[in-house]
Amino acid sequence: MALRHFGAAAAVAVTFGMAASPALAVTEIQWWHAMTGANNDVIVKLANDFNASQSDYKVVPTYKGSYPDTMNAGIAAFRAGNAPHIMQVFEVGTATMMAATGAVKPVYKLMAETGEKFDPKAYLPAITGYYSTSKGEMLSFPFNSSSTVTWINLDALKKAGIAEPPKTWPEVFEDAKKLKAAGYTTCGFSGSWVTWVNLEQLSAWHNVPLSTKANGLDGFDTVLEFNGPLQVKHLENLVELQKDKTYDYAGRTNTGEGRFTSGECPIYLSSSSLFANIKAQAKFAFTAAPMPYYPDVKGAPQNSIIGGASLWIMGGKSADEYKGVAKFLTFLSDTDRQVYIHKASGYLPITKAAYEKAKAEGFYKDQPYLETPLLELTNKEPTENSRGLRLGNMVQLRDVWSEEIEQALAGKKTAKQALDAAVERGNTMLRQFEKTAVK
Amino acid sequence: MQKQAIFQSKLLPYALVAPQLAIVLIFFYWPAAQAVIQSFLLQDAFGLSTSFVWFENYIELLKDPAYFEAIVRTFFFSFAIAILSLSFALLLAVMADKPLRGSTLYRTLLIWPYAVAPPVVGVLWIFMLHPSLGVLSRYLRAGGIDWNPLLDGNQAALLVILAAAWKQISYNFLFFLAGLQSIPKSVLEAAAIDGARPMRRFWTVTFPLLSPTIFFLLVVNIVYAFFDTFGIIDTMTRGGPGTSTVTLVYKVYTDGLLGGNLGSSAAQSVILMVLVIVLTGIQFRFVERKVTY
Repeated sequence: MALRHFGAAAAVAVTFGMAASPALAVTEIQWWHAMTGANNDVIVKLANDFNASQSDYKVVPTYKGSYPDTMNAGIAAFRAGNAPHIMQVFEVGTATMMAATGAVKPVYKLMAETGEKFDPKAYLPAITGYYSTSKGEMLSFPFNSSSTVTWINLDALKKAGIAEPPKTWPEVFEDAKKLKAAGYTTCGFSGSWVTWVNLEQLSAWHNVPLSTKANGLDGFDTVLEFNGPLQVKHLENLVELQKDKTYDYAGRTNTGEGRFTSGECPIYLSSSSLFANIKAQAKFAFTAAPMPYYPDVKGAPQNSIIGGASLWIMGGKSADEYKGVAKFLTFLSDTDRQVYIHKASGYLPITKAAYEKAKAEGFYKDQPYLETPLLELTNKEPTENSRGLRLGNMVQLRDVWSEEIEQALAGKKTAKQALDAAVERGNTMLRQFEKTAVK
Repeated sequence: MQKQAIFQSKLLPYALVAPQLAIVLIFFYWPAAQAVIQSFLLQDAFGLSTSFVWFENYIELLKDPAYFEAIVRTFFFSFAIAILSLSFALLLAVMADKPLRGSTLYRTLLIWPYAVAPPVVGVLWIFMLHPSLGVLSRYLRAGGIDWNPLLDGNQAALLVILAAAWKQISYNFLFFLAGLQSIPKSVLEAAAIDGARPMRRFWTVTFPLLSPTIFFLLVVNIVYAFFDTFGIIDTMTRGGPGTSTVTLVYKVYTDGLLGGNLGSSAAQSVILMVLVIVLTGIQFRFVERKVTY
């Protein structure tokens, strides 16, 4: 008896204690992300600064592994009924997240419902367009954005007697041959993310569609059509140059980046976010040039599309929690904070004001190559071929496309056959996605 | 009669097997049943929309030529890995079974690789044979071989098979060594007195007496190659180049987790489960007859 009374008393004490304690009244906001190294430090600092700036909410960042790992963890957690509030999802997961009506809370709705001040026009359209509906409603909040640039080893160029970085693809091929003759025998030029660079960005940069319905932005019934003359011609060029290693394939993801920083490949197309690694490791003078283009394509270059990730707000949370999330997004949009993120991580600022401020501070004077991706993104008013992509199953689509490109580079298929097969296999997967998404 | 006398209570034997049964139920039958149910459903990644589609997932699979290629490839990989690792392990075990100075050291060193996790094996081999990082690749290229497993499918397959076989050698070695040591010396001595040379003694005496071990290892190795090579493939090739290292297990992973196509992924797991059950059944039914216990 005595023990039971004690238990009841303890329970009462605990209950009251909880209500009374200010520390426990704080609403926790879970933020799952995929950032490592210096960028993880940025995330932790942002969360700490936010938590110090007010006392009602506490943002708790958790590292969940690579981009696909984080997304899978979030999906599994949602199925189990304990999804985080904020989930960082890479750009290729956009269609999957968007199709999950009910699982996610679109940012524009969140901001309206919580009454948080929110002006969609303050953001750079080249970046937010990727994460918005065709009506311009922001679905997810862009967090870290980058674009494809051509990283150039300036010392190597000097050694090969090349005066300035190449601007067009024919110049890249020409320079790579010269570099090969100058001693870079195993790799004249190469690149990461083979499909992102050589299909997705190539198409946008030349204002050619990757798939119908504005690359999927206008509907899941989009059909791939990147087996056109431009893409085939480009792949044919790569296949031809692969034979003597003027071009040397460096894998499907970014595992080949060490080939640039080590000095093996003097011209390397990859994400602008490679900057932090290059700065830390490269023992040569470097710069980032805009992506090359084919001068015989009318209107090229158009504008590039972004890569990176955005923050998705998961559905089914309480009004109070959403209030905290909305406050946090406002906190992130602050101009000074955007400038800080831009400088610390090398990712792009997402608001116009932050871009202007970085410019005014002379940030790009010493490091003009940090402005290159922004200049590419804003080069021209985006068309329906260059606003962005929204294809379901994109992670696996990229694998399938890579498989076919590899077949072509290995000489097992012609460039045309490979891209035809990539389109056909990809369309089968898109129809599969459409079946599960629409219902 | 005597067996019954050991257990006084009728419940005790059930209580004793209960923990094991619970583990099998929770970790095998339950997920297996879920996979069977899932394989009849069409569902999006988040589980928001579900429809029952009967055998559509299976039909889609059987219509897909890539799936048949994966089946053939998996069988080829399994046999290649089993044969390679079994023969090397047997060779090493026979060597280590000889009275040598420091044989304990050799044995320990040979058993070590078993403690290495499959993804680590993958990374180790990448450091040796990656086209631009690999130490050995440089020699291969100097020797005039165009070594590039990033683009050459056969080379990538070879790389996976070598790494997977290498990892399994230790395990096989351990069993072979134990098997060899349990062969009575008198039988071998009798054969020696009859004038049989070492090679002949091995093939006519040692090998048949080892057959239960070989049979057991064959089953284990094939199951290993079917499932446990996943970590190696994921770290080394991620299924590429092309689809030249996509095995059935790897396809289950890419379609389910990367592609979010859970129905097809579940259907593939069910087919895989049936395949392995049939394969093991065949082995027990036919191969076991040739085994001398």
